[in-house]
Amino acid sequence: MTISPFAYAPAPESVRPALKASYGLFIGGSFVEPKSGKYFESINPATEEPIAKVADAGAEDVARAVAAAHKAFPKWSKTKPSERAKILFRVARRIQERSRELAVLESMDGGKPIKESRDEDLPLVVQHFFHHAGWCDKLAYAFAGATPKPVGVCGQIIPWNFPLMMAAWKLAPALACGNTCVLKPAETTPMTALFLAEILAECGVPDGVVNIVTGGPDAGRAITALAGKNGGKLGIHKIAFTGSTDVGKAIAKAVAGTGAKLTLELGGKSPNIVFRDAALDQAVEGVVSGIWFNQGHVCCAGSRLFIEESIHDDFLARLERRMQQLRVGDPLDKNTDVGAINSKAQLETIQRYLKAGSDEGAQKLEVSCTLPKKGFWCKPTIFTGVQPSHTIAREEIFGPVLSVMTFRTPEEAVQRANNTTYGLSAGVWTEKAARALEMSNRLTAGVVWLNTFNRFDASAPFGGYRESGFGREGGRQGLSSYVKVGGAR
Amino acid sequence: MSATKESTRVEVTKTLKLFVHGTFPRSESGRTVPVKDAKKRVVAHASHASRKDLRDAVEAANAAQPKWASATAYNRGQVIYRLAEMLEARRAEFVSLIMSIEGRSKADATREIDRAIDRCVCYAGWTDKIASVLGGKQPVAGPYFVFSMPEATGTVAVVVPDGAQLLAILSLVLPVIAAGNAAIVVTPIHANAPLAIAFAEAVATSDVPAAIINVLTGLRSELCPWIASHRDIAAVAGAHLSNDDAKALELGAAENLKRVCLFSDAPKFDDDSFWNSPFAIQPFVEIKTVWHPTAL
Repeated sequence: MTISPFAYAPAPESVRPALKASYGLFIGGSFVEPKSGKYFESINPATEEPIAKVADAGAEDVARAVAAAHKAFPKWSKTKPSERAKILFRVARRIQERSRELAVLESMDGGKPIKESRDEDLPLVVQHFFHHAGWCDKLAYAFAGATPKPVGVCGQIIPWNFPLMMAAWKLAPALACGNTCVLKPAETTPMTALFLAEILAECGVPDGVVNIVTGGPDAGRAITALAGKNGGKLGIHKIAFTGSTDVGKAIAKAVAGTGAKLTLELGGKSPNIVFRDAALDQAVEGVVSGIWFNQGHVCCAGSRLFIEESIHDDFLARLERRMQQLRVGDPLDKNTDVGAINSKAQLETIQRYLKAGSDEGAQKLEVSCTLPKKGFWCKPTIFTGVQPSHTIAREEIFGPVLSVMTFRTPEEAVQRANNTTYGLSAGVWTEKAARALEMSNRLTAGVVWLNTFNRFDASAPFGGYRESGFGREGGRQGLSSYVKVGGAR
Repeated sequence: MSATKESTRVEVTKTLKLFVHGTFPRSESGRTVPVKDAKKRVVAHASHASRKDLRDAVEAANAAQPKWASATAYNRGQVIYRLAEMLEARRAEFVSLIMSIEGRSKADATREIDRAIDRCVCYAGWTDKIASVLGGKQPVAGPYFVFSMPEATGTVAVVVPDGAQLLAILSLVLPVIAAGNAAIVVTPIHANAPLAIAFAEAVATSDVPAAIINVLTGLRSELCPWIASHRDIAAVAGAHLSNDDAKALELGAAENLKRVCLFSDAPKFDDDSFWNSPFAIQPFVEIKTVWHPTAL
């Protein structure tokens, strides 16, 4: 697996997904025209060319999907668990077979480099279904002493940064626990979820067990509006959302007092802390992956780098040298490290933060490269001389922008790292095991990566502390989000 | 406030105060509410906690909680066992308060205190098992050593429903403190304020560190919105509350995304199979997952 250090001739991925011109809503086991009558175009952010027309669900469409999920619930929840398991195992296998096509589609629709969608996203999607398939008939052991029951109909709203992976993280545990789902993919990245709908139907997931409603914020609001008993009509028993903290808070308000169960996986401003005794070149790679993986469109991105003061200049020089090697461009080129920004709106948000960084007095370093003329692009960027009060040190940018700060003592590192309202992830780089473990005890974060970063696994729970949300996804702990055990919710 | 029979001796009645940071202050508001017994006679006056009392309690609880959370689980277990010992010593007092204020039979009152003490002993045994039951090593598909562990959430407001008080207070407080959180217990002032304060006295004479359990007697309708919106409260525990209380708590909580667990479908407090289980504790821990590469 060596890449020639000399030549980077274009190496485009040749597989092309079989796309239809337009897609309806996946409700009750088949694609149907939206009652709203509205469609929107999903575009390729690297070329600004349309990929397909997609239905824009209205409140009536969402209600129809919820009704389909209600209709499917009694039978699905009572299906023999080992039979449910076989269906989900089959789904995992089928996604594996179609991985290449799905990876290409994911990169086309979202702008992420093909090497990431191929090597990170799709394997994790498959593993998530495979892992949870195995839970179906073992839930009584996961909640020993209790009788776990499905929650009911789940409304799941997912973001655009890992479209298919987020769909898997939401659907796999929900289905394993015997729930039925209404899933809304993000407006800018609906395509792979629609392909997933075909796969689910083909693999024998019964009609109405999974319903996929594409659309924008209005469709999302239509889902949360049905949270709870909905005045005795067909409501949603559980809302799961992954996305920004602002939207998460709005959803928490909409769900308040309805009795619906809620889990939120929200934003972050995660610290990556490098001690002077770290393996510096490994740490550089970890920092690079931490902030430039998926163009920085990662909720747990290591967007605040804390370097021990005595190695600041040396480490920064290594980091900048490494940053200059990043290849920015065509997401479908197998050599690409950093792809396109997901949307024009997100690019504008990032540009506002870049301006704020410079305006507030931080120094900017960026990759010197030429960006493609069409599409949405942002050069990987480092800000040095950042103060904790700076906007770019406090707010989630969700782009390839790193803020660098320093510390003198481990206590100061902990204090500065925890000085945020978020608490999703944290990274620590040190060769001293006792220090690494004590740092992991003291950092306020749901995931702590010691001498690594951005690692995920279906068996390892993921989720935040504080305003990064609540609930976990993955592993035994993640199942709690989709079962009722004697009244806790 | 009656004289004892047979003699002319005047009974020394207790002034009911709040319990904050290990001390018994009056409400800063100066407000009190008459406490009536089951026969509607005024037997005492309870301090009526205000928003400011809540803020004082939160400040003290947040300062004390990290040390409690970092105490060994074995130590926390012994402290909670000591609380059971203190409750046992006051068994007769609790029976008498349940009978006189709540108007219940001696048998009924005895059942409740016995169950409350036994639940306390149960939780003394939970502290060093929570991590085994809720955490664990994760078998990830790669060369990493990965473990997930439960950690305390922080300061938790415990909102006690109306009705029988003793078991309600214990059922909601024990899971919270067993996991290493600090509790601010808000009990309904018109339910059984003397019992809530007797509980506080048991806490004060146990080894529970100051400010890990605070008791405020007050009105839910008044305090819930402040609990919900207070940014330094990390979570809310409650059970069997009205829809209005639930909505007030959940709406305000959205501001800082505090965790709200209202056990809305939970069984009654006398159900050991739920209230002695880890599922009563789980809402008040955060799961932290730690990764490290493995290599020779």
